[in-house]
Amino acid sequence: MKKLSLVLALCLVLSACVFPASAEEVVNIYNWYDYMDESIFEDFYKETGIKVNCMYFTTNEDMMVQVRVSPGAYDVVFPSEYCVERMIKEDLLAEINMENVPNAQYIDPSLLGGAHDPENKYSIPFMWGTVGILYDTTKVTAEEVSSWGILWDEKYADQIFMMDSIRDTMGLTLKYLGYSMNTRDPLQLKEATDKLIAQKPLVKAYQVDETKDKMVNGEAALAVVWSGDALYAMDLNENLDYSVPQEGSNVWVDAVVIPKTAKNKENAEKFIDFLCRPDIAQRNCEYIWYSSPNTGAIELMGEDYTENLAINPSQDIIDRCEWFQDIPENYMTVYNALWSQVKNAK
Amino acid sequence: MSNLQVPAWGTWVMLVGFVAFIVLLVIYFKRNHGLKRPIFSSPYTLWIIVFTIVPCLLIAYYAFTDVNGAFTLDNFKNFWDSNYDMNKELIAMGFNPADMGFARGTVNVDTLGYSLWMAFLCTVICLVLGYPTAHIMAERDFKLGPTLVVLFVIPMWMNFLLRTIAWMSLLEDNGLINGLLEWLGIGKVQLMYNSGAVLLGMVYNYLPFMVFPIYNVLNKMDYKLSEAAMDLGCDKWKTFYKVTLPLSLPGVVSGITMVFMPAVTTFFIPRMLGGGNTEMFGDLIERTFLTANNWNVGSALSMIMMVLILLSLGLLRKVDPEGEGGSMI
Amino acid sequence: MMKFIKRFYLSIILLFLYVPIVVLIVQSFNAGKSRAKWEGFSFRWYQELFNDPAIMQALYVTISIAILAAIVSTILGTLAAIGIHAMQKRPQSLMMTLTNIPMTMPDIVTGISLMLLFIFTKVERGYWTMLLAHITFDTPYVILSVLPKLKQMNKHSYEAALDLGATPTYALFHVILPEIMPGVITGAMLAFTLSLDDFTISYFTTSPLVQNLSTLIYSQARKGIKPTMNALSALMFMALLLLLLVVNRRSSKTEVKN
Repeated sequence: MKKLSLVLALCLVLSACVFPASAEEVVNIYNWYDYMDESIFEDFYKETGIKVNCMYFTTNEDMMVQVRVSPGAYDVVFPSEYCVERMIKEDLLAEINMENVPNAQYIDPSLLGGAHDPENKYSIPFMWGTVGILYDTTKVTAEEVSSWGILWDEKYADQIFMMDSIRDTMGLTLKYLGYSMNTRDPLQLKEATDKLIAQKPLVKAYQVDETKDKMVNGEAALAVVWSGDALYAMDLNENLDYSVPQEGSNVWVDAVVIPKTAKNKENAEKFIDFLCRPDIAQRNCEYIWYSSPNTGAIELMGEDYTENLAINPSQDIIDRCEWFQDIPENYMTVYNALWSQVKNAK
Repeated sequence: MSNLQVPAWGTWVMLVGFVAFIVLLVIYFKRNHGLKRPIFSSPYTLWIIVFTIVPCLLIAYYAFTDVNGAFTLDNFKNFWDSNYDMNKELIAMGFNPADMGFARGTVNVDTLGYSLWMAFLCTVICLVLGYPTAHIMAERDFKLGPTLVVLFVIPMWMNFLLRTIAWMSLLEDNGLINGLLEWLGIGKVQLMYNSGAVLLGMVYNYLPFMVFPIYNVLNKMDYKLSEAAMDLGCDKWKTFYKVTLPLSLPGVVSGITMVFMPAVTTFFIPRMLGGGNTEMFGDLIERTFLTANNWNVGSALSMIMMVLILLSLGLLRKVDPEGEGGSMI
Repeated sequence: MMKFIKRFYLSIILLFLYVPIVVLIVQSFNAGKSRAKWEGFSFRWYQELFNDPAIMQALYVTISIAILAAIVSTILGTLAAIGIHAMQKRPQSLMMTLTNIPMTMPDIVTGISLMLLFIFTKVERGYWTMLLAHITFDTPYVILSVLPKLKQMNKHSYEAALDLGATPTYALFHVILPEIMPGVITGAMLAFTLSLDDFTISYFTTSPLVQNLSTLIYSQARKGIKPTMNALSALMFMALLLLLLVVNRRSSKTEVKN
């Protein structure tokens, strides 16, 4: 019996350790994994005395489910623009008090006022980028990757990684067919689906974040990726290069928002202001390789940033790209059913 | 999310159930004038009602209702015809799905069939590999049996996700196995991104669950029986066929149960080793809930899975009515 | 010859089981971050491991939940087994069926059904809900390991103790419990192991705020696991091996003494 009570006492102590008695100020952020230089948390704590708890999600869709079912769990979330639009519609977001975020002045005005948040009340851009093809220059020429068509070229059978993300993959196929990425015409969607099913025998794998490491390792010749992943891979393997095809592609912004149910809204605003500070934005940008919306940070980085076409795409690349818009629930049903067919085609 | 509101009756049902439980307990005490042994299991009974039966009923509730909480069978129709919801929307938009080439979508049914087939293959391979292993381990002159059990358990203590990822490093095109093959002059083979790799991952994860129950039964078996058979003139194979095999059947049955059932709902492995090219039923359920955000159809899929498993369990009970094989204990 | 073939066969099976683990451990000494490229030997990830608050927190959660769940489910399960054993045939088979449900239900369905329960009753998911879920799937295993020991016991010793004036509690602790102790310990170990390795059920019953090792690895898996995870599992592997060796040594020593 003595032993048993000893063990019990031990467990109580242990569980007490898990929950440090926290009278401390905290801010709970919910972010993509590996999407921020986490050493900034320490600086933030030193400056404000607020502790940052970080949680991670893997796709926009997963994140939205969690925000809906766990009210109060998150203070700062990082959705992509089309999800910001959806979350505003569902009344999930709180208005950000811009007076508490003076550093928002550094945000590039061309990225503000998009269709997802026309009055800039709910979101502040955090990072942006494009979707394109990461390719092995020893196997593929730059000319070939100027069109999405290379993904349907039988020469590269079993050399192609596609993206396991419904909007991105359907979107690029629609672009290749000459349609809008935001189309709601079921006939166009059907055409894109058939195109993807026809491509299936050539595809090596459908995946998202595993791609970058595998490309570094030379597992495939072509991969559909986000620009930041491309830069990460190119840094580790000099044979890799990145291209945004001529037909156009998707340009996206991941924003910072505060859920309506946030328990620490003031701390959240302080943290967002901190993220917008040029030196901090610079550290984040240099850590994750995505394009920064922060003019102050870009100035600090100088030529390293502006000369790099993948991280700082030229205006004509941006011009041929398109933003995602939120797709209403009934059209999403169509999207999901078609995507299911693609995923399970033999 | 509108379909996650607690209906008022839900709270009441739970409250009434709890009160009824307490009342029954009190009546029981009064009747029996004190503490009889069966009452020891009452905390567990309460536990199982709250954390097993109520959740199962919840799944059933969501499976038979739509987003607004009204009764419907549409979720099951969606299982049979994966285009059902889509076609309904298309008609509402003024299209004719039949003209567009959208007949019945077989995705969900096909996925279930594929999962059952994969689980079946996995079980057969585990049995073929596992039975001889258990048999050798349980032999009387083999002293290392208990040590080997430990050696089989240790990998299970390593995280299952990490083990699967380690297989990825082995099987990749530029992975270790292909490196070895190339060094031997055989050349590269594509080992990953197909059903074979998924099957390998499954066998790797579930093999110990086949070995343990068979080993346990064989180990406890009275060796004098097989010796007697030998004395009476049976040769080695006949002894095995007539004595050992029938006696080890309970172990085989529980081994099959313990491999087949988790194998049907495997998820994560197809995504990592199969390259996400073909989904299994576990992936489908997860995607329906957490990505497509369709809780009602997700519940219907879960329910179908549950019924299927209970049915196959009933079938196995017929073979092994006493549950002699027990679990891996 | 036969003996050689048998040994060879066993070695092949063991090789199959251990190759990925060796790979995992080797990777933990890779100086580079990428899983793909070998960049030299280093202890870098072992140093980073102890400075990574997310991993240390997850380790805490994993181990404390495994211990707490094992204790609660052992108590709950042992009591339940004693009760079920003493029941009439009808209620007994009903209870056994109920016990079998969580064991045979696919993990993903158990996880989702519990998630629905917590969302439905507006209980915020986190540490405690994960603990409740773990107790739920651990307890049947405890029951199933205790029941056989009860069957081996003399049926009348408990009643005899009561007749001789023992209170039920006294009889429980001094008559029944010592007899079934081996089963209870097996059950507790099993519960601990299952809880330690669980991913699916934890994934659905916790919030991202409280991660155990499995859910943390899952959230990292898509972006590429950092070798710190490999370092952690290599350490856990070593600790386990050491523990088992010590236990084996001691038990074989006592065997010799006896």
